[in-house]
Amino acid sequence: MTRPTPETLAHRAPSPAMLAAAANAATPAAPPAPAKVSGAVSLVKSLEALGVDVMFGIPGGTILPAYDPIYDSSVRHILVRHEQGAGHAATGYAQATGKVGVCIATSGPGATNLVTAIADAYMDSVPIVAITGQVSRPAIGTDAFQEADIQGITLPITKHNYLVTTADEIPRVLAEAFHLASTGRPGPVLVDIPKDVQQELTTFNWPPTMELPGYRPTLHPHGKQIREAARLMTSARRPVLYVGGGVLKAHATDSLRKLAELTGIPVVTTLMARGAFPDSHPQHVGMPGMHGTVAAVYALQKADLLVALGARFDDRVTGKLDSFAPDAAIVHADIDPAEIGKNRTADVPIVGDARHVIDELIQAVSAERAAGRTGDRTDWWAQLDDLRERYPLGWDDPTDGTLAPQYVIKRLGEIAGPDAIYVAGVGQHQMWASQFISYEKPHTWLNSGGAGTMGYAVPAAMGAKVGKPDTTVWAVDGDGCFQMTNQELATCALEGIPIKVAIINNGNLGMVRQWQTLFYGERYSNTDLGTHKHRIPDFVKLAEALGCVGLRCESADDVDKTIKAAMEINDAPVVIDFVVGKDAMVWPMVAAGTSNDEIMFARGMRPSFDEDDL
Amino acid sequence: MTKHTLSVLVENKPGILARVAGLFARRGFNIDSLAVGETEHPEVSRMTIVVNAEESPLEQVTKQLNKLVHVLKIVELDPTVAVQRELLLVKVRADRPVRSQVLETVNLFRARVVDVAPDTLTIEATGTADKLDALLRDLEPYGIKEMVQSGMVAIGRGSRSITTGPALRAA
Repeated sequence: MTRPTPETLAHRAPSPAMLAAAANAATPAAPPAPAKVSGAVSLVKSLEALGVDVMFGIPGGTILPAYDPIYDSSVRHILVRHEQGAGHAATGYAQATGKVGVCIATSGPGATNLVTAIADAYMDSVPIVAITGQVSRPAIGTDAFQEADIQGITLPITKHNYLVTTADEIPRVLAEAFHLASTGRPGPVLVDIPKDVQQELTTFNWPPTMELPGYRPTLHPHGKQIREAARLMTSARRPVLYVGGGVLKAHATDSLRKLAELTGIPVVTTLMARGAFPDSHPQHVGMPGMHGTVAAVYALQKADLLVALGARFDDRVTGKLDSFAPDAAIVHADIDPAEIGKNRTADVPIVGDARHVIDELIQAVSAERAAGRTGDRTDWWAQLDDLRERYPLGWDDPTDGTLAPQYVIKRLGEIAGPDAIYVAGVGQHQMWASQFISYEKPHTWLNSGGAGTMGYAVPAAMGAKVGKPDTTVWAVDGDGCFQMTNQELATCALEGIPIKVAIINNGNLGMVRQWQTLFYGERYSNTDLGTHKHRIPDFVKLAEALGCVGLRCESADDVDKTIKAAMEINDAPVVIDFVVGKDAMVWPMVAAGTSNDEIMFARGMRPSFDEDDL
Repeated sequence: MTKHTLSVLVENKPGILARVAGLFARRGFNIDSLAVGETEHPEVSRMTIVVNAEESPLEQVTKQLNKLVHVLKIVELDPTVAVQRELLLVKVRADRPVRSQVLETVNLFRARVVDVAPDTLTIEATGTADKLDALLRDLEPYGIKEMVQSGMVAIGRGSRSITTGPALRAA
């Protein structure tokens, strides 16, 4: 155990709390008693001991004691403009690096402003730790100024949360919070610390002993289940590997590729798993789901075996559940036992970490093959190849001469390349960014999948860029999304975080408008944002006002050179206002609540299938 | 739908009741009965939860409960091999003319009188829900002024214990 001594404290600029601590520790006694420090110092020293290099936050009344030692800390603090931005930045950082993201806020509205970001991280299983100030212990429950029961508020949207009641427990609670956030099925953990607990004197002892007797995630799968899965994988005639975000979380993408190539089974990657398997790989048949490729959707529908790896049979993937993959036996592997059988009964349930599961599947399948058992997928591949050829992703250029948003996004992906990180908001631009950018590497595609949080892109891109400063980070955002969180561009400009933002500006809440076009008789109730008609706001001027370079592109001829101009700028954030047509739609589409069998390739166009073949 | 009795062993931490009850509400389950108390390990509490549910949603809620960090162990108790008890306190109108009849009912059900007033008797009874319902039916004609019932507690028959095992030792 490392005990803080006056010497170890001395390298920092002395704060009042630390001077007090040093003075305290200097009192003559043999053996020397551990130095007394404030709870706030204990908090910051815990964060340092946990290897935190950055946190995103805004100070306020009840978190002020913590901000004093933050002033001297080796942990970089990035002052955001809104706590939601701090939360999404922590998420973006975590998704890009695989490390725990940290955000910090004051009590009451500071804490409640984190709620959307915490809910977002919960839905997408992202490891973040949120630290909030709370009113002093005697004031709790009195409707004190800036009091909110953030522990109660975040109960259903955190993996776990804490209200710290004494300063002595701070190191243990922080260690537990980081452990819970990053292990098992990752997720957000909130630590609420009353102001007087931050001020209370305590001793800092590291490492603390964690007390989590009820927390025992299962990492290693059951051998019998693995063998049964391997047997099905070699005997099935129409198998599919249905890959979800858990494969990325488990850093199992190399293993996944080995398993896919060993078995020759077609792979689909969900919205959360884009990049887990290279798009260019011949076995990749695309993204399944509401806006998935025809080949991927039909592969699931016609499969006789689905091997779900870190995926959760989300309604956007399954469509109408009782008609989903009707002939398929289900192997469902997930680290969270509650996901198995939640939406679809599993024939072979496997609880375990995706990397262990896949590595053990590779061994078991190899054993099957060594015994001479291999499946014949020639017919299956012939069917899928035919679908891929007949129904590739694509678009029709607008007839009114406006710029096609799909073209902008496709060129962005081609020019910025597979090493860049792409971060999307939520809506049409998100779907096009998932469809028309080719993802070749893990952790290069970040988006808000489960929660569908508009406004995610700019702050998450900021967090990703902080975590991966040498990587080009592009936010692909909509004009609606952008107006929800663009103030973090000021943070980016001031803190030296040169992200790039491509606003796919169609002047509307595009995805809602698409549904109004298709399902509400073209009655466009409250979807026109005026960003085209009135150019309010003018995104170029707004970008410049926020300390960024603002560029605009309105024609296909200018797309390449505008993107290239943005790629040249690395000392400031860049915003491109791509003014695109408002009538472009996302296709293919499985309408909400309908069967995947009803997939539309384009408006009014069902793909034709030779049912006898399938 | 059938009734299920879950014994949930939890760390004795503040807020655990809210976490468990909130989870049931969130997942759309009605709790029929809930009783909480300490176990022979002071740091471990035991909740007995009775729910009306189909098999498959019950499995889902059990799995979700298991994900709560402070939940140590969940056992579904089969009513045929478990002792189930509820506690009832009931204040019955019992003035002179009917008092002896009320006392006869009390004796028949092996209940006890715990408080006496000139016009009422307060009766304590334990038993299964069925037994207590029957007692209440018999007392009803005299006039029930007030009653209170505990949640059900239950324990498995035989020498086996659910409060031993690695999770409990660690707690």
